[in-house]
Amino acid sequence: MRPHDCPCSRAGEFGGAGGGSGMPPGMPPDQNRRSLLSWLLGGGVAASLASFFYPVVRFLNPPYLSEAPVDEVSGGKVDDLKPNSGKIIKFGNKPALLVRVSETEWKAFTAVCTHLNCTVQYQDSTRLIWCACHNGMYDMSGRVVSGPPPKPLDEFAVRVRGDEVVISRRT
Amino acid sequence: MRAKPGNWLGERLDLSAVRELISHKTVPVHSATRWYYFGGITLFLFAIQVITGILLMLYYRPTVNEAFESVRFIMTRVEYGWLIRSIHSWSANLLIFVAFVHMFSVVFTHAYRKPRELTWLTGIALLGLMLFFGFSGYLLPWNQISYFATKVGTDVAASTPLIGPAVGRFLRGGEDVGGATLTRFFDFHVIILPLTAMALVGIHILLVQQHGMSTPPWIAPSGVRQMRFFPNFFLRELMVWYCALAALGALAAIFPWELGEKADPFASAPRGIRPEWYFLAQFYTLKLIPSHVWIFEGEILGILGFGLLAASWAVLPFWGADSAGNARTRLVTGAGVVMVSYLAAFTVLGYLK
Repeated sequence: MRPHDCPCSRAGEFGGAGGGSGMPPGMPPDQNRRSLLSWLLGGGVAASLASFFYPVVRFLNPPYLSEAPVDEVSGGKVDDLKPNSGKIIKFGNKPALLVRVSETEWKAFTAVCTHLNCTVQYQDSTRLIWCACHNGMYDMSGRVVSGPPPKPLDEFAVRVRGDEVVISRRT
Repeated sequence: MRAKPGNWLGERLDLSAVRELISHKTVPVHSATRWYYFGGITLFLFAIQVITGILLMLYYRPTVNEAFESVRFIMTRVEYGWLIRSIHSWSANLLIFVAFVHMFSVVFTHAYRKPRELTWLTGIALLGLMLFFGFSGYLLPWNQISYFATKVGTDVAASTPLIGPAVGRFLRGGEDVGGATLTRFFDFHVIILPLTAMALVGIHILLVQQHGMSTPPWIAPSGVRQMRFFPNFFLRELMVWYCALAALGALAAIFPWELGEKADPFASAPRGIRPEWYFLAQFYTLKLIPSHVWIFEGEILGILGFGLLAASWAVLPFWGADSAGNARTRLVTGAGVVMVSYLAAFTVLGYLK
């Protein structure tokens, strides 16, 4: 049951610089060589481990999805929305709120509440924009009336082209 | 000594059994010692599969409309996605190859004999699981080749007499390969098979620890030199793992795994369709069997033949050694040589034809 002895891996030698118990005393050059070899081995292992984990860490980071920026979307037909009502439409990859305030007046805002990203809605009874999550209220200019939202909603430009409502970014 | 921070855990968790095992575990040193490394390489590659599989799941979507696109997204948009997927695919193939080498090394060194029958049986079950892992994972990118390979593969299972139709329906989640098959295979591949495999790997390794390493029957156990497992053998194994990882990285980088074309259920099967290499021997055998042998259908005969062969191979310890644990070395070595020759020759023929 004698431990297998091979010059390449005596039990103590792999332990690195600390494992010098079996060494004859008074031989500093050997000690130096041993610690250098330990450093090289440890450094090599550390460098290769870093090279294995670097791709993994980069892989974990989701790629930034660049969507073609949207400047203008259709809000549907004029007759689809009654006065004093609103609906959510898709503006790029974010929701927008289109409101028909009266027969001729239209408004559109980003529908993302500035408080915690909930999607807001038009409340016909108060004629305000309401966020159901934390009871934030905005008026028909997008300004905060009450509740926790810190900033007003961004407003879009609305035009009626024939019988179609068109929403675009304000320039 | 008691105040040492290193003892904090030791005072709360009794690790003496582990320490005992580590300090006493030895590995016999003889002409066949090198074959002991293959079990460890298989385990290492399995760990690579678990890690890269978990990573791939961050972006993969198991639906007919998104599977192919999500794999393409991984390969083209996610940083190092091509590398992670390529390593997962290459490692899967190497894992099965190394598992076969490990199995045949056990056959030729007669390590299956008493008291190691359970180790052999769990190993065979693990090999079966690995093949099923390969089969289920192959479909996940939802490309033409994998779609048709799955059609053929599930059809083979479905033509087994008696239980076949039910098995086929269960595997496919319906009559045909489609979205239901994809979600099922995803479930097998990432939940059912990994849980089962981990349990079996645990039992397999526990049994190896209990019995210690087997020495071939032609070496007298008393005269064999022993190497300590920690650190001597373990560090050697670690170096082998490093080399395996280097080989894996090189293969994945130089020969990135192809994605192919998206599966189209209404397209004809592409030319040169064939399964993964580890099913080629069976694939080629099925091609050779005539459509009818006497009153039997050739395909059914072939499937029954494979079943019988696999079953008798699985119980090898019971016909390959007597009850006292003496291996019938000539019989088993002969059977092993025939098996290796058959698998190697038919895999090559299946690849070429």
